[in-house]
Amino acid sequence: MKLIKQLFTLLAFVPLAAAASGGAEIRLDKAPVNLSDKASLQRGAKMFVNYCLNCHSASYMRYSRLQDLGLTEDQIKNNLLFTTERVGDTMTAAMKYSDAKVWFGAAPPDLSVIARSRDPDWIYTYLRSFYRDDTRPTGWNNIAFDKVGMPHVMATLQGEQIAHFEKVKDHEGNEHEMFDRFELVKPGSVSQAQYDSMVGDLVNYLAWMAEPAKPKRMQTGLLVLAFLAVFFVIAYYLKKEFWKDVH
Amino acid sequence: MNALQKLLGWVDARFPLTATWKAHLSEYYAPKNFNFWYFFGSLALLVLVIQIVTGIFLVMHYKPDGSLNAAGVPVAFASVEYIMRDVDWGWLVRYLHSTGASAFFVVVYLHMFRGMIYGSYRKPRELIWIFGVIIYLALMAEAFMGYLLPWGQMSYWGAQVIINLFAAVPFIGNDLSLWIRGDFVVGDATLNRFFSFHVIAVPLVLLALVAAHLVALHEVGSNNPDGVEIKKNKDPVTHIPLDGIPFHPYYTVKDILGVVVFLIVFSAIVFFAPELGGYFLEANNFIPADPLKTPAHIAPVWYFTPYYAILRAVPPLLGSQFPGVLLMGVAVLIFFALPWLDKSPVKSIRYRGPIYKWFLAAFVISFIGLGWLGILPATPLYTWIARGLSVVYFAFFLLMPWYTKIDKTKPEPERVTG
Repeated sequence: MKLIKQLFTLLAFVPLAAAASGGAEIRLDKAPVNLSDKASLQRGAKMFVNYCLNCHSASYMRYSRLQDLGLTEDQIKNNLLFTTERVGDTMTAAMKYSDAKVWFGAAPPDLSVIARSRDPDWIYTYLRSFYRDDTRPTGWNNIAFDKVGMPHVMATLQGEQIAHFEKVKDHEGNEHEMFDRFELVKPGSVSQAQYDSMVGDLVNYLAWMAEPAKPKRMQTGLLVLAFLAVFFVIAYYLKKEFWKDVH
Repeated sequence: MNALQKLLGWVDARFPLTATWKAHLSEYYAPKNFNFWYFFGSLALLVLVIQIVTGIFLVMHYKPDGSLNAAGVPVAFASVEYIMRDVDWGWLVRYLHSTGASAFFVVVYLHMFRGMIYGSYRKPRELIWIFGVIIYLALMAEAFMGYLLPWGQMSYWGAQVIINLFAAVPFIGNDLSLWIRGDFVVGDATLNRFFSFHVIAVPLVLLALVAAHLVALHEVGSNNPDGVEIKKNKDPVTHIPLDGIPFHPYYTVKDILGVVVFLIVFSAIVFFAPELGGYFLEANNFIPADPLKTPAHIAPVWYFTPYYAILRAVPPLLGSQFPGVLLMGVAVLIFFALPWLDKSPVKSIRYRGPIYKWFLAAFVISFIGLGWLGILPATPLYTWIARGLSVVYFAFFLLMPWYTKIDKTKPEPERVTG
């Protein structure tokens, strides 16, 4: 009974929670997703293997599927695999799931379908919104995901930025801290524009990996619709022919 | 007599093959004036076949297992992604099935609406209607239990909330919900029993009901947009209804046309927008079920939202949600009473008066409006709108004996009007 009561209380709070998350939403930057840009997807795959796969798995995604991106089996083996893995294996994090749980409190989520549960625009914004925050255990916080457990793993690329906030009053007169802008305090190894483009490739790859069958799906869909269009004409005249003697 | 005819004769002496073909197709006389609204019965049958065939293939690869694999993902969730990636054409089978679920409700709602506007539930077709409403109930159970199987966050928490509705039943509620769940929370036991019900128990019931629905229909004959009985005017010699035409070939070729148009829309969704903006496949359901993380906004799939809105609109009584649960149940079950609530001398909307048309329009607005509100978070304003629309929804049914009696109807024609 207690659980049920809690659940109903929870249901009652649903509107509040939704309103709260609605109020705190940030402006999302448009992710440059283009599934036909194979070069971008290949660069994104490299980024993914180098920066994400240490902690996050993509445990439904086989390395061999990267052949869809125009890579050969040897290219995959030589450039993207850890030494002990085979090309038919799924992308498993170097860090053990049970260890991760102990170290971070929660294991980093599997990223296979992350671009289907999260808007790619959100991921693109998130990966560019880390800032220095000494109150956090990792030393990092994120504008798109407040108090996130993940540190800024691409800080060597982007550099370190701090966030400036401004005080604003809402219509009820309460003061809130609103994000204003970032300031780069320690430059990284690449320029901001280059970093944005690298993250763009990575998000493009995540979007592709979330549904590798999508290009084939679209292709097949055109064939199916073309067939049905022809079938429609035949079915239409067939019906007309039979029905001409019904008055 | 050739060999094929001989074989047919041999079978017919032992099984009524030709007789069945004649009774249900080539010599089943359907009114010649079926219009657009009459496509949805055969389309519902088509979607049923799509769901069964794709379901058979999904079961070959899906694993109803809530335990975590080495990567920390529930096996059931991972097996769906396995189907999407590693099974040849698995993505297609899965999208056909997930889109088919929504398509089923689209065609069934339109099919029911047809029955309402042309009075197809009226005497002598009350049993066809009752079988139909039971099919609708079975379909809801089927869809609800199927939705748990991908074992995503929405699957999990949707099931948690709906099963807990049973806990609101006075006295036996807690034991009842525990009995349904098979555990204190939704878990592996729930997943496995829902799988069993979804793949065999409910489909068996559905198939039997669909057969009963059709047998009853073919016993009394189809209604039509004029709501007049074609069996009243028969050819004196052949005893064939003058306004009837054999179902086969006339309606088989016409239904093929309907099937093609349906498949064009259906394929457009399956191939180009299988998530349909989150209404057919929700973004949250691509996150594996997590009993420790409640999503901020739990909403059922669109086809349940009118009833969900009614549930939320009813204020609790003495701290119990039972009134809302009760009213939600009544909102569905009240369809059973329709044949006896309608006192109009005519069946079809074509000959009904303005009052009925206003009530029907208000009912359609309330159903769609409640469906829309059921998707949105319940703000105080929305809850009040939902309350208003719930009143309209029930008024359509409960006031029907009164307004159908006083409404000014037009005279029905002797024969169908083409």
